[in-house]
Amino acid sequence: MPDTATFIRHLREIYPDERLLVDAAATAAYESDALTAFAVAPRAVVVPESADEVVATVRLCHEHEVPFVARGSGTSLSGGSLPIAEGIVIALNRLNRVLRLDTDQAIAVVVPGTINLGVTRQASAHGLYYAPDPSSQQVCTIGGNVAFNSGGAHCLRYGMTANHVLGIKAVLADGQLVQLGGESLERTGPDWTGLFVGCEGLFGIALEITLRLLPVAETFHTVMAGYDDLEKAGDAVARVLGSGLLPGAIEIMDALALEAATAAVATNFPNGAAAVMIVELEGPRDLVEADSAKLDALIQASGAFGVTVATTPQERAAMWKGRKSAFSAVGRLSPDFIVQDGVVPRSRLGYALRRIGEMASEAHLRVANVFHAGDGNLHPLILYNGRVAGELQRAERLAGGILELCIELGGSITGEHGVGMEKREFLGQMFSPADIDAFQRIRAALDPHRVANRGKMFPGREAPALAQRGLHPLEAQGLISRE
Amino acid sequence: MTSLRPTSIDEVQAAVQMAGRLLPHGARTKPALTAVADEVQWLDMRGLTGVVEYAPEEFTFTALAGTPLRDIDAMLAQRGQYLPFDPPLVREGATLGGTVAAGLSGSGQKRFGGVRDFAIGVRLVDGTGQLIRGGGKVVKNAAGFDLPKLMVGSQGRLGAIVELTFKVFPLPEAWRTVRINCRNLHDALAVMAALNRQPLELDALDLHPPATLVARVAGNAASIDAHARRVAAIADRPCEMPSVDDADGWWQAQRSLKWLPPSHRLIKLATTPRQVPVIEASLSSPDSPRCYAVAGNVLWLAWPETEPWPGVREVGVGLTLLGSSHPGDAAPPPDPAAVFAQRIKHALDPQQRFPDLRPTHAP
Repeated sequence: MPDTATFIRHLREIYPDERLLVDAAATAAYESDALTAFAVAPRAVVVPESADEVVATVRLCHEHEVPFVARGSGTSLSGGSLPIAEGIVIALNRLNRVLRLDTDQAIAVVVPGTINLGVTRQASAHGLYYAPDPSSQQVCTIGGNVAFNSGGAHCLRYGMTANHVLGIKAVLADGQLVQLGGESLERTGPDWTGLFVGCEGLFGIALEITLRLLPVAETFHTVMAGYDDLEKAGDAVARVLGSGLLPGAIEIMDALALEAATAAVATNFPNGAAAVMIVELEGPRDLVEADSAKLDALIQASGAFGVTVATTPQERAAMWKGRKSAFSAVGRLSPDFIVQDGVVPRSRLGYALRRIGEMASEAHLRVANVFHAGDGNLHPLILYNGRVAGELQRAERLAGGILELCIELGGSITGEHGVGMEKREFLGQMFSPADIDAFQRIRAALDPHRVANRGKMFPGREAPALAQRGLHPLEAQGLISRE
Repeated sequence: MTSLRPTSIDEVQAAVQMAGRLLPHGARTKPALTAVADEVQWLDMRGLTGVVEYAPEEFTFTALAGTPLRDIDAMLAQRGQYLPFDPPLVREGATLGGTVAAGLSGSGQKRFGGVRDFAIGVRLVDGTGQLIRGGGKVVKNAAGFDLPKLMVGSQGRLGAIVELTFKVFPLPEAWRTVRINCRNLHDALAVMAALNRQPLELDALDLHPPATLVARVAGNAASIDAHARRVAAIADRPCEMPSVDDADGWWQAQRSLKWLPPSHRLIKLATTPRQVPVIEASLSSPDSPRCYAVAGNVLWLAWPETEPWPGVREVGVGLTLLGSSHPGDAAPPPDPAAVFAQRIKHALDPQQRFPDLRPTHAP
């Protein structure tokens, strides 16, 4: 590995000064992502404006064995775009363009720095949209979504990012260019595209991504229901899913999350609810009408109170705003908090929530729960005060305990945030040494020098302490939330 | 060629660790996929059958790879669930592992996606003899590399799939089929595009050239007829709505590939709607039965055994499922994923215990 000055000289052959950041002041903005507890100053940050520059940079890194981290908007909640001290950051924000919007074939070809919601904004004029909707969709990039197989509130019916990516042109970590998949919804050999999505940046950088678009649903039926008990809400989810209905989303918030959201924005949650469930049906009008009657009857029989049905798009938006503001609102209740992302079989949701409550009391900490109930995807928020001696350590232990609970129940250590930096010590609890060895062999075949996002996903050196102090700046602005 | 029939995962591992080349197979309902030139030892996976776990409330099941899909279908139907991607050759005995390895989905992949979108967990024995797992048993999961998707279409060339976990969906109450008689190919493509742009959630939309579209809708019994009529109204062409029994029979024949004439190969090609007129214009045997399923994304082509391959360069080499062998494009178009493919193959099967990957190239 060359010394920093030598390597930067090489980079200067690719980048003009204004797009090669080396001063501590200039690189400071790239030292962290949305897992703000970690901060690492990279050797340099480069800001490519073309795929050729990205490829040249990757080849240089490979040749000199200098690690690189590709970064979109830096909204990773697992520390997925945390820099490496001996490496560089490749900031892809300026590669932000829908190259092609093919409305006849319902596809969009984009470059990696394209904003998730930007795809939908362009497609919506043609009645189409891009389905995966992580809560940071106003700022997060498609390249980051591809790397981490991002989810959102609508995975139950429509799946995750991997289910909507048809093709990827990528530069592998050693500079090799490949085209995986294409524009067809079908393929005739192994699903290379499917393997690339969710690689957490370890295979290389996606340069062009072909996305499948869907027609915007004709109608929505969004219902909010209050429960005097969290488990009753969990039972209601089971009833809905057992009824043969396939909602677009089923969400639950517990009392503490409701309290936080109500303190932050004007909400219309039912008074005195210990839990609120939001269920949304979507589809063609005629089909949704009949399903709606069935859903409403189910909810009425589930012990709900304060049941509200959104009758206008504005009312629907208000319900979702209350839901989506919950995370950032928790910042009002506590100076610090850790957000967790785990999955349990949804029939074990009630048990998992009870256990989390017990574990929280034992740790003398409060936990707010907001989750994608239809998927069993939990997002417990562990509230603590970093200035109180020992609280951070108790919160970290509790966060780890929750992941262990997810594994014990047959679930997953991450539903949508990825392993990244945050959860790599837990990968070995979910996968066997043989599984991880196979992952490592695949990675080594694509990145012999381990330059691409080194230090992520795989257990290794002592992980830095996990802490979450206050809100991410974008979160404070209400642009993103942690789910 | 000898055949091994393991009845446990341990026996699969032992087989792979023995010397020699192996090719796993299921019920061989797609015999062309296992027609290889080199000497191999068959690994008959039908000794690994049975459902390991079925949790209807979770919308998931886990089964050994050799389990026949018809058993899975029956099990799911009892609890009002199904695999929405309409896998072909179920009645003919297709196995779960074989369907994943072949990467086959039917017309029903139109609405919620294909076999790749429903396979959420896998255990396989790779070329080093190791038992490895990818994915999990819950419907949402972002941990580790997505080996379940990698196995879709891998054709036994990357490892022997021993167990799979699938996501399932609730079975719709009712289905209706609308046959739309368009004026010509150009007109049919226009109607297909128009229907595809509408938020109709079509369950299937197949083009039978030159000018017939077959649309299927699924949903609650109360409104399904109205929904089917709406599809017909938007198509705005002469339509027929076969009785439920007739339609079921017709779709079943499609799934069973009953339309394939004798002495024909069956080739699957990945296409785009835009390529359909190009392909139609270039087919040297224009009477060959064929269907552009999933709104022009999958071409099922019957091709006479005696005819040379038409060599439609735009659509790559295709995947021959039935018939004697691949028609043999003398110079297949270069595969832009070839480097990636070779490296993954080497990572999982460094000793070449399984045959080489076939050339594939999709648009």
